[in-house]
Amino acid sequence: MNPKKTNQIAKNIIYGSVGLLILLLLFLIGYILVTGLPGMSWHFLTSVSQSFAAGGGIRDQIFNSVYILILTTLISFPIALGVGIYLAEYAKDSWFTNLLRTIIELLSSLPSIVVGLFGYLLFVIKFQIGFSIISGAITLTFFNLPLLTRSIEDAFRAVPLEQRQAGVALGISKWKTIMGIVFPCALPKILTGVILSAGRIFGEAAALIFTAGQSDSVVNYANWNPFSSTSPLNVFRPAETLAVHIWKVNTESILPDAHQVSSGSAAVLIIVILGFNLGARWLGNVVYRKLTATDKER
Amino acid sequence: MMEITEKYIKKINQKIALKTKDLAVFYGEKKAFAEGTIEFPQHQITALIGPSGCGKSTFLRSLNRMNDGIARVEGQIMYHGLDINNDDINIYELRKRIGMVFQHPNPFYKSIRENITYALKYHGIRKHSVLDQKVEQSLKAVALWDEVKDSLDKNGKQLSGGQQQRLCIARAIAMEPDILLLDEPTSGLDPISTRKVEDTLQELKQKYTIIIVTHNMQQASRSSDYTAFFNLGQIVEFDKTSRIFTAPRIQMTEDYVSGNFG
Repeated sequence: MNPKKTNQIAKNIIYGSVGLLILLLLFLIGYILVTGLPGMSWHFLTSVSQSFAAGGGIRDQIFNSVYILILTTLISFPIALGVGIYLAEYAKDSWFTNLLRTIIELLSSLPSIVVGLFGYLLFVIKFQIGFSIISGAITLTFFNLPLLTRSIEDAFRAVPLEQRQAGVALGISKWKTIMGIVFPCALPKILTGVILSAGRIFGEAAALIFTAGQSDSVVNYANWNPFSSTSPLNVFRPAETLAVHIWKVNTESILPDAHQVSSGSAAVLIIVILGFNLGARWLGNVVYRKLTATDKER
Repeated sequence: MMEITEKYIKKINQKIALKTKDLAVFYGEKKAFAEGTIEFPQHQITALIGPSGCGKSTFLRSLNRMNDGIARVEGQIMYHGLDINNDDINIYELRKRIGMVFQHPNPFYKSIRENITYALKYHGIRKHSVLDQKVEQSLKAVALWDEVKDSLDKNGKQLSGGQQQRLCIARAIAMEPDILLLDEPTSGLDPISTRKVEDTLQELKQKYTIIIVTHNMQQASRSSDYTAFFNLGQIVEFDKTSRIFTAPRIQMTEDYVSGNFG
């Protein structure tokens, strides 16, 4: 076969796979939005869910999902940042760092249902915390840490070595060089890692069914004292998230409008993730530009 | 296999900025450099030349302790009567006194202004008027001020390669060091940018002692006062540049500078 022909075939295959992927994505997102959006109403978004009657909403589920996402990110980001920096900047090639990397890879391949059962046994039962937001958030941290650590490590590694040499040669300490010079360069990639992991957390159901629970306590949104049992901020209350709600409604619900509720929830889930994505990117760009004095992202 | 059978290291009879005695550098068990005894004259440009892998960059990086944690350095480096190859030395303070410019221009991903002020702020200078003055002074010293004075808040990476390298030199001299170490600073630059950097160095030697590693023979011969020829991990000959390039005392040096090497 002549080079021109092979080239053409390769190009067609590549374009074909891209087209196939776009079609699949459009079909999936389109299906979710088309089935979910018609039933969408202000009432659906702002009222509590029903167990038996039609007309329930998903107000608490939306709040719970966002709250667990924020808590999980707050817990896992500092840990992942520390380990990522250690692996990228300080770790020498030794049996210890190899072991650490292996453990991280192993953790990242654990099925979320296994992580959920582990969280159930340890936090819910052993520590007697019960089904709660905090059990869910800590369990999701286990689930989230490996990939987040990996993406932060990669983000730091992608910054050229010369940047570190420049800082150190000016008498700046290694730590300050890492935080003041390397970190701003790594920020866009770190942010991508955070966004990807946020999507995983927001859409996670299996790990939460056994830890944050499938039921909702009655919450009063006027009560912002995190230690009060009716406060939405109370981390010791059980909390059903959007993804868990979708699972529950589809498996064991006797709601007359179960299909409508689950389609609507799925649409909201996708829209919130999209909004979070765009918002985080915008924020990251603003910070990056401010730190590096560039006009646009590299 | 070549062997170094004879050496000639000139004794300097003028003010000395830095000298090394029996400096040796090891990567693990491997000896990368040995028997480094040399004196660097103050406010002069000394070029370090020699084939790739001869140990000249390794030697240079030892002088401001950039080899810490990478290689083991033995022997003495005397600076103001103090042996700086010593664990008790404050390396952060030392690197303020002995600055370094690298092979590839490496401005920070920050504005031109911040490239210069970042380390100054770290070392405790806070006053805006002082910082602004430092920015202007050091950019003028490398003849970059007129080219960038209207875009000080732009990212340093948006400059051309030659401008970036001069920015890196400006960043180093803003610290007001005694000694400036340059590791092949023009190897990635075009001839015009190279010339500008060389002109800059000629200006800077009024105030600073400059030690420059270079692969470029013309650069060594036209812009340095002294030249050290390195080979096989040792200093083979050190003398005035005019002498090295016209009448070297060692055969190996003559072979190298005349291009009959190997």
